[in-house]
Amino acid sequence: MTKKMMQGCRAIAEMATLCRPQVVSAYPITPQTVIVEELAQIVADGRLKAEFVNVEGEHSAASLVLGASATGVRVFTATSSQGLLLMAEVVFNIAGMRLPVVMVNANRSVSAPLNIWNDQQDSMTVRDSGWLQLYAENNQEATDLLLQAYRIAEDHRVMLPVMVCVDGFILPHAYEVVDMPSQEEVDAFLPPHKPIYKLDPGKPLTMGAYAEPDKYMETRYMIQHTLEAAIPIIEEVAQEFKRSFGRSSGGLFEEYRVDDASTVVVVLGSVAGTVKDLVDELRDQGQKIGVLRLIAYRPFPKEALCRALGKAEDVVVLEKALCLGSSGPLALDLRSAFHGRPASPKISGFTIGLGGRDITGDDIKSAVDRAQLRLTDIDFVGLREDLELEGINA
Amino acid sequence: MPSTKERDRSCDHLFTSGHTACPGCGQSLAVRLVLRAAGRNVIVVNSTGCLEIFSSKFLESSWEVPYIHSLFENIGAVASGVEAALRITEQLDDIRVIAMAGDGATADIGFGAISGMLERGHDILYVCYDNEAYMNTGIQRSGATPNYARTTTTPPGRASLGNTRPKKDLPQIVAAHGVPYVATASVAYIPDLDKKVKKALSIRGPKYIQVHVPCPLGWGTEPARTIEFARMAVNCGLFPLFEIEEGKTTARKIARKVPVEDYLREQVRFRHLFGKDGPLPEVEEVQGVADSNIERYGLMAKQAG
Amino acid sequence: MKITLGTVTEPGGSLVNKTGSWRTAKKPRFLHQSCTDCGMCDLHCPEGCISGDGENTYVNDEDYCKGCGICAWICPAKDIEMIPEGGEDD
Repeated sequence: MTKKMMQGCRAIAEMATLCRPQVVSAYPITPQTVIVEELAQIVADGRLKAEFVNVEGEHSAASLVLGASATGVRVFTATSSQGLLLMAEVVFNIAGMRLPVVMVNANRSVSAPLNIWNDQQDSMTVRDSGWLQLYAENNQEATDLLLQAYRIAEDHRVMLPVMVCVDGFILPHAYEVVDMPSQEEVDAFLPPHKPIYKLDPGKPLTMGAYAEPDKYMETRYMIQHTLEAAIPIIEEVAQEFKRSFGRSSGGLFEEYRVDDASTVVVVLGSVAGTVKDLVDELRDQGQKIGVLRLIAYRPFPKEALCRALGKAEDVVVLEKALCLGSSGPLALDLRSAFHGRPASPKISGFTIGLGGRDITGDDIKSAVDRAQLRLTDIDFVGLREDLELEGINA
Repeated sequence: MPSTKERDRSCDHLFTSGHTACPGCGQSLAVRLVLRAAGRNVIVVNSTGCLEIFSSKFLESSWEVPYIHSLFENIGAVASGVEAALRITEQLDDIRVIAMAGDGATADIGFGAISGMLERGHDILYVCYDNEAYMNTGIQRSGATPNYARTTTTPPGRASLGNTRPKKDLPQIVAAHGVPYVATASVAYIPDLDKKVKKALSIRGPKYIQVHVPCPLGWGTEPARTIEFARMAVNCGLFPLFEIEEGKTTARKIARKVPVEDYLREQVRFRHLFGKDGPLPEVEEVQGVADSNIERYGLMAKQAG
Repeated sequence: MKITLGTVTEPGGSLVNKTGSWRTAKKPRFLHQSCTDCGMCDLHCPEGCISGDGENTYVNDEDYCKGCGICAWICPAKDIEMIPEGGEDD
C-alpha cells in the first residue's frame, strides 16, 4: 500500500481500476464526471483492459452495464442527481435481475431549481430499489467501500447491486491523502467474478422472464430476505478488509463517543467530520454527546442501530434529503426501527445542507439544542431569515 | 424451395411451440424464421412488448437460445452491453448478438438508445418486427403506424380519419447512421428474409432488418390471411423490400402490382376509408405513398420493349 | 417449484402450454392426396407445430396448433383444408 495525496475522483477511479471491471459505461454529469474522465484516461493508457462505452444518456449507461453484467463480466458505472433519476427504472431492474452491478453516485441535489451542489436527495430517491447503499465519509473510505462493494455484490449469498454514495464535490473534487492498495493486495481480497447465471449459447437461459401474481411476490420477498441477510455479510467483509489491509473501514456504522452519550447525532456521509468537531467541543463543555455515522443505509441495520442508540435520551438526525410532504427518510427509518420497543430515545429530525448549503458547527449546535428542548418531527436548519418567501411570508 | 430431404431442420425450433402469441401472429412466425436463419450461437436481447410477453414467462420460455429481456426503451443499450462483454472476453467471433424489438420500441421509446448503438458501431443485428402499432398494450399508435390507420389512440370519428401522419421511415433513418447493412423483409417472403438474416450476420458492425409482420388482432384481419396481407403490402408498394449495403440500395421487384385499395379494403383498421359511395379520396392519397415508394426504390420491373 | 434468482428460466418451458386448447372453430386436416413435400405449411406455421418427412406425411401437432389456418391458405397443392373443431375426426 502507498499513501498518496490525490483528488477524490482520481482515488475512486484508481480503485475502480484495481477492481478490474471489464465493461465501464457512464454519461457526463457534474459532479460525477471527473471520476469517469479519470477512468477513460486509464483505459486509454492501457492500464485497464476494459470496454469503456460512451453512451447517449444515463438510462443507457445503466442498461449497458446491466447487459454486460448479465453476460458475466464485472462492470462499473457512476452517476449523480438527474442521472440517477433517469436511471431509476434501470436501477430497479438491475436489482430485480439480481445482477452484481457496482455504481458510484456522487450525491447531488435534484432539480428544479437546477443546482449542481451536494445533498443526498438523489440516492435517497432510489433507496427502495433493492440496491445496497453505502455512504462514505471521506475519500479513503470511498475507495475502501468501492472495493468492499464488489465483494459484497458478487457474494453468492447476496447477488445484488451496490451503490457507493460519495458527497458530490466535497469528496470527488477534494484532495486528501489516500492509502491505495497494490494490485496484488486487491486481487487477493477480490477474486474474479463468478456469475451464477450468464448469457451463454453453451448453456442457454432466459433472463428477465416475467412473473405473474402467483410468483412475483416471492421475488420481492427474496430480495428483502437477502438484504436483511446481507447485514452480517457487510460486517464480515469489513472485518476481512481489516485483516487484509490492517485498518478499519466500512461496516454498518461508525460510532464516535457514543458509549455514554445521552444525545447522539446521526448522519450519513461527509458531514460527520464537522459533527465530530462539535462533539469534541461540547464534550469539553461537559455535554454527553456523540455521533453515529451510518455507512450502510440499505440494508438498514435496525437491530444494531437500536442497540447502539437505545441508551440515549435524544437522537438528532441531520439529513441532506427530505421526503417532501412527510419527514426525513433516515429519521423515519430510525423511528420505525424503535417502534414497539420498550425503550426508545426521542428521535428528532432536521433537514440540513440542501443544494450545497454550508453546514456549520453552529447549525448543528442549533439542531441539538432544539432537539433537547423538545421532540422535533422535521425542521429545517440553516434557512436564511433575510429572504421573503412568496406565498409564505410575502 | 428445397424438399425436406435437403433442408437442414436443426434450427427450425429454436423458438418453441407453446408460446402464447395470438393465432396467425406474424411476429411469432418471423421470430422462428430469424432464429432458424441465425442458428444457435446467438444471444437474443428483447425489449418489452408482445414478443417478450408471449415467449418469456417465468418457467415457460420459448427460447432455446440465450435470451435477455430488461425494459422497453433500453434494448439498444442492453444489447451494446452484451456485445461489449463479448468483445472484451474475445467471444465476439463466435457469438452473434441479435436485438429484437417491436416498432414502438424501435421508432419511439427506444430510439435514442438504438441511435447510440448504431452510432457507436456495435456488432449487433437489430431486428424490428413491424406490426405498425403498440399491439401488446391494445393497439395504440406508434411512429410506425401508417397513414389513416385506426388505432385506439387514433380512432376515426366525425372529426378524424384515424392516424393522420405518415409511417416513420425507420430504415432510412437507420441508414443515415452510416451502418453497413439495412434491409426490409416480410413474413410473406421467407427465402428473402432468410437470406437477409444470414447476410446481415456475416457482416460485422451494426445491422438492421425491419420485418413486416401482420397482426390479425390489431389490423382486423383473419389469422389465416396473415401471409396474404403481408404479400399485398409488399406488392402494392406500401412496404417495399430492399437492402442498403454500404449506402447502395437494391430492391426486390414487384411481379404484379396490387392496387392499394385491395390491401386496405379488407382490414378493419382502414374500413373507415370506405364509405357507402366507395373509397374516400384518402385512399388515393395512400396510393400516392405507394407510388412514390415504387418510384423511389424502382420496384417495378422494366417493361419489355 | 423453485423461484430462481432474477427469475432465470431454463429453455423450452413453454412446451407445457398446450395452446391447442385455444382452438374453438376450425382446425387443419392434412388430406395427404396431392402433397409435394414443398414444406410450405411447416415453414409458415407460427407455432412451429407442423412436421413431415416426404410427400403426404405432414401433420400438425394438435397439442399446439391454434387453428389459425395459415397452412391451409399457403398450401400450393390445396392439400390442407380447415374443418370444424370437434368435427368428423373427433
